[in-house]
Amino acid sequence: MNTIPLLQINNISVVYSDVIQVLKGVSLTVERGTIVSLLGSNGAGKTTTLKAISGLLKPENGRVTDGTIMFDSKTVQNSAPEDITRMGIIQVLEGRQPFKYLTIEENLRVGTATRWGKPYKRDMDMIYEYFPPLIKRRKSLAGYCSGGELQMLVIGRALLAHPKLLLLDEPSLGLAPLVVKEIFRIIRRINEEQGTTIILVEQNAAMALQIAHYGYVMENGKIVMEGKAEELRENPDVREFYLGMAASGTTKSYRNVKSYKRRKRWL
Amino acid sequence: MRKLQFHPCGNYSETYEKEITLFETDFGRAAVLIGLIVLFAVVPFITGPYALYVVNIIGITSIAAIGLNILVGFTGQISLGHGAFVGVGAYAGAIMATTLSLPFWIAVPAAGLVTALVGMVFGVPSLRLKGLYLTIATLAGQFIIEYILVHWEGLTRGTMGIVLPSASLFGIVIEGDRSFFFVIFTALIIMTLAAANIMRTRYGRAFIAIRDNDRAAEGMGIPIFRYKLLAFAVSSFYAGFAGALLAYYMISISTEPFNLGLSVEYLAMIIIGGMGSIAGSIFGATFITVLNEVLRWLTDFLMNSGMLEGMQLNMAPLRELVFGAAIVLFILFEPRGLAEVWRIVRSSFRLWPFSY
Amino acid sequence: MEFFVQLLVNGISIGFLYGLAAMGFVMIFKSSSVLNFAHGELLAAGAFIFLTLVTWAKIPVFVAFLVTLAGSFLLGFIVERLFLRPLIGEPLIYVIMLTVGLASIFKGLMLLVWGGNLYIYPDFLPSTISLQWGNINIPPVYVVAIIIGLFFLTLFGLFFKYSSQGIYMRSVADNQTASLSLGVNVRRVFALSWAIAALVAGMSGIVLGIINGINVHDLSSVGLKVFPVVILGGLDSIGGAILGGLIIGLLETFTGGYLSPSLRDVIPYIALVFILMVKPYGLFGLVEIERV
Ligand SMILES: Nc1ncnc2c1ncn2[C@@H]1O[C@H](COP(=O)(O)OP(=O)(O)OP(=O)(O)O)[C@@H](O)[C@H]1O
Ligand SMILES: [Mg+2]
Repeated sequence: MNTIPLLQINNISVVYSDVIQVLKGVSLTVERGTIVSLLGSNGAGKTTTLKAISGLLKPENGRVTDGTIMFDSKTVQNSAPEDITRMGIIQVLEGRQPFKYLTIEENLRVGTATRWGKPYKRDMDMIYEYFPPLIKRRKSLAGYCSGGELQMLVIGRALLAHPKLLLLDEPSLGLAPLVVKEIFRIIRRINEEQGTTIILVEQNAAMALQIAHYGYVMENGKIVMEGKAEELRENPDVREFYLGMAASGTTKSYRNVKSYKRRKRWL
Repeated sequence: MRKLQFHPCGNYSETYEKEITLFETDFGRAAVLIGLIVLFAVVPFITGPYALYVVNIIGITSIAAIGLNILVGFTGQISLGHGAFVGVGAYAGAIMATTLSLPFWIAVPAAGLVTALVGMVFGVPSLRLKGLYLTIATLAGQFIIEYILVHWEGLTRGTMGIVLPSASLFGIVIEGDRSFFFVIFTALIIMTLAAANIMRTRYGRAFIAIRDNDRAAEGMGIPIFRYKLLAFAVSSFYAGFAGALLAYYMISISTEPFNLGLSVEYLAMIIIGGMGSIAGSIFGATFITVLNEVLRWLTDFLMNSGMLEGMQLNMAPLRELVFGAAIVLFILFEPRGLAEVWRIVRSSFRLWPFSY
Repeated sequence: MEFFVQLLVNGISIGFLYGLAAMGFVMIFKSSSVLNFAHGELLAAGAFIFLTLVTWAKIPVFVAFLVTLAGSFLLGFIVERLFLRPLIGEPLIYVIMLTVGLASIFKGLMLLVWGGNLYIYPDFLPSTISLQWGNINIPPVYVVAIIIGLFFLTLFGLFFKYSSQGIYMRSVADNQTASLSLGVNVRRVFALSWAIAALVAGMSGIVLGIINGINVHDLSSVGLKVFPVVILGGLDSIGGAILGGLIIGLLETFTGGYLSPSLRDVIPYIALVFILMVKPYGLFGLVEIERV
């Protein structure tokens, strides 16, 4: 059994367009077979962290200027996305980006790009088994599917690449609570049955911390807190700022000066 | 007396007026003045007739190139019909001079106005079309105008062409390269200053806003359709003005020169000169005109020297080849064109011997 | 009536060729948003490579045809590699003007080598494949043009619908970032679309050469006819390109036949302006799916 972590990010800085520094020394470790959740407010730099891992910073004119990203003990920072995806890192983009003019089935086939030429029929069946609603929409254009179907589609599409590390960016965005629940259940199942390591970026901290093993909290381009998921769930700061409850369990009050100070301490 | 201003090291503009001023320093103003004096007092008297002819053509071409740069370089609407607009101007000028017997000083600006109208007609698709679709619409405009010029024989005398009467201004007959030189370059200076000043007004800023992001420009309350039409009109006015001048200068005109090749040549001028730079338009016009002449001279030389006996070498392939290579090389290696090269040379002189 | 049918057949076969040329053009545009002004030159290059192989190297016609297709494929690939790739992400006008410059270079080279003369291929099409109904006679090349047109249409239809590379190409045209995130080799897609476009153009060039003779200027001006065709069909619709080709081909031959030969060359552009006024994104252009 391989004991070195699957992914080790060591103190990276990311700069867009040579001037806008977004990540300021982020470090995180992802053990094999775990779900790691990355939490934080809007603009904290979660998406940027994922893009730094998957190499998708490049088309946006961003760059890792400092630090290292080790995947399976190989450095991957600033590599081309083509190479990184072939090593087994697949990112599911924020905001569900289907190929609108391709059918569901064709969308799924694009997922096999890193395994071009290998058979994919069995994998396809597996995806339909995980996401039954997709079956009856197989032949219809993705552009006309509902948000929930699309979220299933883009996760399924990524699974077809047989990722070792799956990066999920806000899969609950804009979905009805029941659908969110369903999606999270499937994510958990994928992790358990396929052994896929997952980094899960979420606004919905309560849900994320329920299925994750470990969690990180980001603010302003830095990691401000980390710990086992159950510890984070119990942590008063997290409860207050991300789970929306005061330590006692009642809703929080903005006038509480003490909490303001606690928040400041992180930054 | 106010203090003479030299170039400070760095951008120290404190007011908006200072930022948009044409000449940053008195030194720059003086240099331009000296340049103009040399241009008018020396050039026409030391050059032979052929060289003066080339200089005149450069002057006329520059006017049209400035027009195209306003549309493409400043407003971001790519037009493939500029050559046809120059043709419209030439024919409008010729028809006014012959059929309507209008004097030179009316015919030329009036030809500009007529062309501006035609330009606006072809600018109308910009109401609904953006980017590539608009470019293709101007391509269609090029072909349609060409067709009309050739086939509306009642007006344009078709392939026979039109011969113009000689021009006269303030009772003086303008004849020969030297007198045309003064007319052409006075016009060029006026048109250059006009263009530079348009770009400093809110119209110019609206053009640039549309180029950079038309959605945002619209959001800021710029009526983009009206401004796009205006850009088409101004650009075609320049083209028409230049075309009419050309018609008078060449004495007789025909439809052939105003084809798609000419439109492409004008685009090449502003790319090679520098998009969004008025001085660049003049550099580009100079570059392409001189290139054409050099190639013509080279092919003549090769033909006459008998070195290529038996090979039917003519100007066309060589011209196409060099012309294409110039465009490709500039785009790949100096996309901001000669204007940028000039800026670099100038600033390295200014900073010499202490660069940095 | 005979005249009418004759024109109809001519129009359809020319239309197929325009449509095929336009298809390559649309492919480049869909994958990399490049308007290729050198398309006519790619067409002419195919015709001339074939000419040289057949008349000068005296290679059997069918082999020469295949070699020409391979050569065109390679040419498209090289053009993308050397010239277009460095410009990925640059403003539109530079990309457009680069292809204009390339067109000029190609044209110059071809004029240097072959001059501006009109050549004709030796007669190699068997006369048995011509069709004859009463007084209506359809010469072999038109039959060949229609067969080749239908064949490649089906071939590419299948390619884009079922093959993995075809689906990857469509995915890049649809959403480039998403394709990148799934490991689609976007650069290979660009290169492939140029290569295939050049191949189809070369083939259209050969057939047009058989019909009208081979001349640098004539063939490269066909590259400009592609514009009305693609506007008619919608810049991003491959099926539309073929339909647009047919319509423009018919419009041209009927105008030439019944109205006036000189109007023939400009009628496609007049149609273009009207279409742009009425349906700016073409008759068959994809309706933008705005939801999601
Ligand atoms: N291409 C870019 N160029 C410049 N700045 C960018 C770019 N992309 C993101 N940023 C900036 O980087 C910061 C972090 O963005 P990022 O998308 O990583 O945040 P996030 O944590 O994913 O937020 P959210 O929860 O809203 O998705 C933001 O301030 C954003 O403005
Ligand atoms: Mg994000």
